[in-house]
Amino acid sequence: MIDLSQVKKRSTADIAKRIVQDIPDGAHVNLGIGQPMTISNYLPLDREIILHSENGLLGMGPLAQGDEIDEELVNAGKQPVTMLPGASLCHHADSFVMIRGGHIDICVLGAFQVSIKGDIANWRTGDPKAIPAVGGAMDLALGAKKLFVMMEHLTKSGESKFVKECTYPLTALEAVDCVYTDLATIAVTPEGLVAVDWVE
Amino acid sequence: MIQKISPSVTEALQDIADGSTILISGFGGAGLPIYLLDALVEQGAKELTLVSNNAGNQGVGIAKLIGAGRVKKMVCSFPRQPESGAFDDLYRAGKIELELVPQGTLAERIRAGGAGIGGFYTPTGFGTELAIGKDTRVIDGVNHIFEKAIKADYALIKADKGDRWGNLVYHGTGRNFGPIMATAARCTIAQVKEIVELGQLDPEIIVTPGIFVKRVVLVGGKS
Repeated sequence: MIDLSQVKKRSTADIAKRIVQDIPDGAHVNLGIGQPMTISNYLPLDREIILHSENGLLGMGPLAQGDEIDEELVNAGKQPVTMLPGASLCHHADSFVMIRGGHIDICVLGAFQVSIKGDIANWRTGDPKAIPAVGGAMDLALGAKKLFVMMEHLTKSGESKFVKECTYPLTALEAVDCVYTDLATIAVTPEGLVAVDWVE
Repeated sequence: MIQKISPSVTEALQDIADGSTILISGFGGAGLPIYLLDALVEQGAKELTLVSNNAGNQGVGIAKLIGAGRVKKMVCSFPRQPESGAFDDLYRAGKIELELVPQGTLAERIRAGGAGIGGFYTPTGFGTELAIGKDTRVIDGVNHIFEKAIKADYALIKADKGDRWGNLVYHGTGRNFGPIMATAARCTIAQVKEIVELGQLDPEIIVTPGIFVKRVVLVGGKS
């Protein structure tokens, strides 16, 4: 049994940098709201990686600062952003054609649970008082060619977020390809979950 | 002569009846037709069904309509936002209906409505609680669920520039749902910040051809 108090966990930045290693030159990538968005801070300059924002922007640049801020040019988290040279704008149906039609190479989402078959639960906990909101999660989880998940390995009470069957409401069945956590990188394969690397 | 320019937001919205279904463009604040929404609060129509990505926040726009008790049902993908209190309170009290739709399915249901298609099968949502009660079908080995098209009485949208034929261009990601909503309503009303003469919009870059738009109204800008 590994004593988790003795291992050096990956920070959020470390997880982001680890995910970047698996994003190839030329990839079209959608980064989910929250932690996955921070991956954009670590994209290497020697690879051309095109970011897609579900609200109709391909070729998204960094967050807008000062005079660059235009409230009509925002990312999926509704923060003002910039556009890179070569960027294009489209309406919502076309933007989701990119997602649902299998044109986006990689999507990175957060999750509450991932099952051994790659099912993902990430949109609600089932708390009856919470307002349910799904956004583009169900479309992204199934539509992207590869789905990466970025999450903490354990819940606050110390239970694994990897489960036999998701107990939280499902986002999509058999959708996840690889999970990157503060403890390990875990691939979902036909034979089950396989650890690719881990902290010591 | 075709003259789709309305003299005022009040006039543009005057025939909206109680019980109407209304598509509202916008993703958060970007592309939200705020002048039309304010005018709709004044206009007084009630028992409305609104179709929009969000359910409004900070007491403005859709939140203002909801807060005024005008909305019977919200069809949206993401009602939860910072300060989305107007919706949250009524929802928890069971006083507003919510039809939650995945964002891509919402966009495609509207697109289908505008294209004269009754509905479509999609893998999105299969096996989740949002698939309950929906027809399913296996296509090329993949599970799909049936989603019905959305058509509406009105669409209220925000564009950047328009002309008297109803041609529209947009700005930034404010485009979002506008072009598809314009096609799916019996009467589409666009607020624009500039009205231009016919021919001034380059045909190569017009996003919404005028056939989809009934009324164009200038707000807070130059003509």
